[in-house]
Amino acid sequence: MNVTLGHYLTLGAVLFALSVIGIFLNRKNLIVLLMAIELMLLAVNTNFVAFSYYLGDMQGQIFVFFILTVAAAESAIGLAILVLLFRNRSSVNVDELHSLKG
Amino acid sequence: MSQTLHASTLLTIALAPLTGSVLAGIFGTRLGGERLGRRGSHSLTILGVLISFVLSAQTLLSVVQDGSRFNETLYTWMEVGGLTMEIGFMVDGLTALMMCVVTFVSLMVHIYTMGYMAKDKGYNRFFAYISLFTFSMLMLVMSNNLLQLFFGWEAVGLASYLLIGFWSHKPSAVFANMKAFLVNRVGDFGFILGIGLIVAYTGSLNYNEVFAKAAALGSIEFPWLMFGQDTLLVTVICICLFIGAMGKSAQFPLHVWLPDSMEGPTPISALIHAATMVTAGIFMVARMSPLFELSDTALNLVMVIGSITALFMGFVGMVQHDIKRVVAYSTLSQLGYMTVALGASAYSVAVFHLMTHAFFKALLFLGAGSVIMGMHHNQDMRWMGGVRKHMPITWITSLFGSLALIGTPFLSGFYSKDSIIEAVASSHLPAAAWAHFAVLAGVFITAFYSFRMYFLVFHGKERFDQNPDHHYQAHRHDQHHAPQESPWVVTMPLVLLAIPSVFIGYFTIEPMLFGDFFKDAISVNTNLHPAMAELHESFHGAFAMAEHALTSLPFWLAISGVVLAFYMYMINPDLPAAIQRLFQPLHNLLANKYYLDAFNEHVLARGTHMLATALWKGGDQRLIDGWVVNGSWQLVGRFSQFARRLQTGFLYHYALLMILGMFGLITWFVWLKP
Amino acid sequence: MDVKSALFYVFATVLLFAALRVITVRNPVHAALFLILAFFQASGIWMLLKAEFLSITLVLVYVGAVMVLFLFVVMMIDVNIEALKKGFWSHFPLAASIGAVLALELASVLMGGFRSAPSPIELSAAPGTQISNTKDLGVALYTHYLYPLEIAAVILLVAIIAAIALTMRERKDNKLQDPAEQIRVKPSDRLRMVKVEAVQQPLMTPVVEDPKT
Repeated sequence: MNVTLGHYLTLGAVLFALSVIGIFLNRKNLIVLLMAIELMLLAVNTNFVAFSYYLGDMQGQIFVFFILTVAAAESAIGLAILVLLFRNRSSVNVDELHSLKG
Repeated sequence: MSQTLHASTLLTIALAPLTGSVLAGIFGTRLGGERLGRRGSHSLTILGVLISFVLSAQTLLSVVQDGSRFNETLYTWMEVGGLTMEIGFMVDGLTALMMCVVTFVSLMVHIYTMGYMAKDKGYNRFFAYISLFTFSMLMLVMSNNLLQLFFGWEAVGLASYLLIGFWSHKPSAVFANMKAFLVNRVGDFGFILGIGLIVAYTGSLNYNEVFAKAAALGSIEFPWLMFGQDTLLVTVICICLFIGAMGKSAQFPLHVWLPDSMEGPTPISALIHAATMVTAGIFMVARMSPLFELSDTALNLVMVIGSITALFMGFVGMVQHDIKRVVAYSTLSQLGYMTVALGASAYSVAVFHLMTHAFFKALLFLGAGSVIMGMHHNQDMRWMGGVRKHMPITWITSLFGSLALIGTPFLSGFYSKDSIIEAVASSHLPAAAWAHFAVLAGVFITAFYSFRMYFLVFHGKERFDQNPDHHYQAHRHDQHHAPQESPWVVTMPLVLLAIPSVFIGYFTIEPMLFGDFFKDAISVNTNLHPAMAELHESFHGAFAMAEHALTSLPFWLAISGVVLAFYMYMINPDLPAAIQRLFQPLHNLLANKYYLDAFNEHVLARGTHMLATALWKGGDQRLIDGWVVNGSWQLVGRFSQFARRLQTGFLYHYALLMILGMFGLITWFVWLKP
Repeated sequence: MDVKSALFYVFATVLLFAALRVITVRNPVHAALFLILAFFQASGIWMLLKAEFLSITLVLVYVGAVMVLFLFVVMMIDVNIEALKKGFWSHFPLAASIGAVLALELASVLMGGFRSAPSPIELSAAPGTQISNTKDLGVALYTHYLYPLEIAAVILLVAIIAAIALTMRERKDNKLQDPAEQIRVKPSDRLRMVKVEAVQQPLMTPVVEDPKT
């Protein structure tokens, strides 16, 4: 069966959905949360690349380039925050992070 | 002296008592530092009223002899939307008569007060109040427009309130003055409605302008929006105005305040609640005669109410023990007579009776006051008796007053009362038959209670020591408890009032009733209401009238009343108690004043109180404070409590909500958006 | 089915499996490793899509740098494994349903919209010329997208500074002077006056022992 754009997009969609489940499911570990975000970005990137290929437009890949950059920066900062959090609370349990409760 | 009427004269008449009142009221009391002593206060106020009286007498002479009239606006207060509010004076026969009566009685009361209130702490304040009252009453009668009339109306009500509650440390006095004011207010409500209707349909408050449009008013129908009735506008206006008169002149059912007003000192009972203030209603209806003539329904109502008052108040007067209360119920009954005369379109007769009644009723009240002074402030007739030996002047003057009241021929009361009875007999209104019966029966009742009072107080065995009153017993051995005649400041007014009580009727009946005295003040539609015309036909002079009376029914009724009173209280003193036992329920009904007071207090007052409480607790506290004011912030609070749950602080909840939002958006854009 | 399709399916399956394991595994180190696996699969897929530069970049940058960073942090943080085991599966039904709904929706849109897409428009449609992906990317970046490129560089700089600023602790052996604080000193910061009695009372009355006892 021919692999069409739709297949790639579906793949991206399922990957995205999985990472959403991951965010929602992970109450105990903040690190896995950050990993799930990386997965989300991966799904989006896949979409872009697929579109770029099937529509013959370079812009998709360029955007992926930038997304990669920003994703790297963001994960670095995210991990720095995680480290600080661990320093202060000795725990990365998401369930305990509710001091902003209204 | 013949002189035209000047505005300055009239202003002086009105303002002299006011000046006396203000000076005595401010500088004679703590307000102004008590600079004036008793002498200063009473001198100033008596001087003011004396000036007023002299000038009023001059004015009356001028009006009668030279036919001078006055009707001018002295000061325009404001013009609002086409309606002019002004201060002005109108002087014609009616006004001049009222002015003289008011100032004369007021002067007598002022002089009397020097003796009666001699031992009272509020001496200066009392003089200030009665002078203030005189000013208000003069403004009322001299006014040429409805606004000033209403101002005077309210001001006399205020003076009455202040004076009834003069001894404000007595709770009964405070209760009485509140009652007087509130019942008056009910009447005033109707009065204002009447004035409002007049303003609405004629656009003016001035008497002349209103009366000029009276004929046109007579054909307008009142726009009942729902009842589908056919009523004339003038009927409604007149009924509303009469409600005001009912309040002020104590007609049934708004009469309940007058007996209670006896809580005030006796001088004011004489001045206000016999001679002048209560006659303001009668005066007003007479003044508004052009309007009343247009409505038979209103005149019927006037007659019915008047006759009910005349008869039934007399019944209550028969069972009273307090001397002042007997005279109070007598006043109520006589006011009923005046009202009946108004209903029969015999306005001049009503005003004539007003004048004679002012004299003899004031005399009776002041006489009662003199007796009370002699009895060391005991007012219960059961513990009096045989006073005639100790207080001769009081006795003689009170006797003349009583004779005038019952309608003894040749005395003034006879002329006015019999004229009323004949006028009612000649009236063609449907209510006239009942009214005629009522006023005739009233003659008998009046004679009975008047002479009951006379015999109980002045004749018979002396019963002073039998007074069970604790206060009295305590003083019994301190003072010489036999009564002494009052000082000359008290007895002189009695004498001065007795003179017109006896003579004035004989001399003034012809010019007043059948002459030109009220020609332009009162208008009567003689075709529809021929009472005055028929009266005129049957009048053959004052002497002839008195002679004729010896063969007429009222005279014999009066005689029989006197005889019965004599029998029951002098010859057979045990009879009244026996009759009371026999007719105990009837006696209870009368003693409780037909349970009207109970009705007012327990049904109306309590009902209003309950309504007010319900509105307060339910409406104000629960609805407005609770639901609207408190409810608004509580609603915000509750909503934010709910909204606050969305902020859990947990990251994954926020992520979930974002996802759900996204889901919603996708659903919307893909499937639902058209 | 040609090789490309088969490869696609293989890569896709492993990718999805790895992603699933990332989110469900207990040990965070394992999760990181599964993530690395996922990235490798994605890289393969991108290669199939003829985006070589990006696929290699993914491996080099993402896996090589970012995931290593992740592993550093994971190992640095002393996570209580026991606590992680509790209460995990209780939320699974809700999460799964949400995820399923999301995936279905996206799929329906995307499949519905793009199923009928024709065969891919090849980038190298230009006759004859064989331009490499890298060169294509470079050309586009340095001409049209120069400005975003520079900004991307600044973003990375900001990330570095931010990371340092967040986590840096003061060096304890720093003897740097702070002139502002030196000027702000008050005498009471340096000297405290205490009032002391001139003659001190003895703390205890001396007990004189009776020589006799």
